[in-house]
Amino acid sequence: MYIITEGGPKALDLNFTKEVSQRSGEDIQSCYQCQKCASGCPIAEYGEMDTNQVLRMIQFGLKDELLKSKAIWVCVGCETCGARCPNGIRIAAVMDALREMAIEEGVAPGDKDIYLFHQCFLDSVQSLGRVHEATMLMKYKLKSGHLFDDVGVGLKMFLKGKLALFPHSVPTKTEVRRIFDWAKNKKSGN
Amino acid sequence: MKLAYYPGCSLEATAKEFGSSVRAVSKALDIELVEIPEWTCCGATSAHATNHKLSVGLPALTIKQIQNMGLDCVVPCSACFNRLKTTEYQMLHDAEIRQEMEKVLSFKFDGQPRVYDLLAYFVEKIGLKNISPKVQKPLKNLKIACYYGCLSVRPGHITEIDSTENPMQLDNLIKALGATPITWSYKVDCCGAGHSVAKSAMVTNLTGNILAKAREAGADAVVNSCPLCQTNLEMRRPQGEDIPVFFFTELMGLALGLPEAGDWWSKHLVDPSKVANAVQAG
Repeated sequence: MYIITEGGPKALDLNFTKEVSQRSGEDIQSCYQCQKCASGCPIAEYGEMDTNQVLRMIQFGLKDELLKSKAIWVCVGCETCGARCPNGIRIAAVMDALREMAIEEGVAPGDKDIYLFHQCFLDSVQSLGRVHEATMLMKYKLKSGHLFDDVGVGLKMFLKGKLALFPHSVPTKTEVRRIFDWAKNKKSGN
Repeated sequence: MKLAYYPGCSLEATAKEFGSSVRAVSKALDIELVEIPEWTCCGATSAHATNHKLSVGLPALTIKQIQNMGLDCVVPCSACFNRLKTTEYQMLHDAEIRQEMEKVLSFKFDGQPRVYDLLAYFVEKIGLKNISPKVQKPLKNLKIACYYGCLSVRPGHITEIDSTENPMQLDNLIKALGATPITWSYKVDCCGAGHSVAKSAMVTNLTGNILAKAREAGADAVVNSCPLCQTNLEMRRPQGEDIPVFFFTELMGLALGLPEAGDWWSKHLVDPSKVANAVQAG
């Protein structure tokens, strides 16, 4: 079976449909495009496609288009769509699965700042066992090039004693590192 | 009463006033909070958005620590609560996940749910009938917009909240403190959450809507239970917006007449002392 896209006819990749369903644990085929998810989506205007379109694209097996899309990265995981879906599809879990597949397949993230932020956050957890906000944000700024954003508010936070200069590291971080090794070594699924 | 306590990373940094007010209010309610020794991060949005195993593994370590303590555990931060409760739910309902986590973390899960959202614990377990008699300074004439946000609300089968569209637990608590919770339609809308740093303009649009709707509905202040919502509602608001935002434990401290309450306001990025002082002046 083929589908006509803007880029010409494409074969339906039903393995992709199956893999997203398995990883997310959600019955994506049950979506009948009522668009209730998109109507309540707080960030609908920031991706290039609506939530219901993401589900339709999974049904059609449009893997490349989805994994490189901005939509899967700007989804903030608020779970509004899933709470309102008449078929009980937890779309936030579907978005998690799509992002994870994009990372595993080495697809350039549709929004590099968001992915970089997640990496900086998790690096902090991996090395300290907890997040140290000051060093995590500094690392993000250096790597993203957004050096001077939020300098004023950062200073205000510091003066209010809300940004500790030195990180606190917990002994349990050895167990945390074991979890990171386990999570990163094998391909995951639900 | 003794409870295990998981503060989470924010309560020691950007949400310090939440941390201090949680401890003060718990003490006033005769609850002894026993902090989980050497607790570790829940992984927050960054873990579940990028690595499914990490999103289960990091909270599972905390589930193991809570089980070792043998106590119910209260979690003030909505994001931490959501991650811990989701993992607890998965370990309770999915044998494969449970067995894998038991193997990785070398323990045996006893199948006892112990994770609670602090707000829900106060309202449902401690009970408003036990909180109201302790109110010394009723928050009279104060109109409050109760903002629940996302992560203590959805998904409903995990959070077990009274309603995912119109929850009332915070409204009922605020009423018990003597204030008037207003009716408005943005109580479960998203503030932009974890995109605060990478997509700040987007977050400002979202918080701007929420705060404007609270003001239009006649609220003097907004109250919430999430450190990330609090940061976004204060730091990422549009210029000129001046409605103050409190943590629910701060309003509890104020109503219970706790002397520590005066120390919390200076930690805010948007000064709430005008509203707070009006209450204290009676």
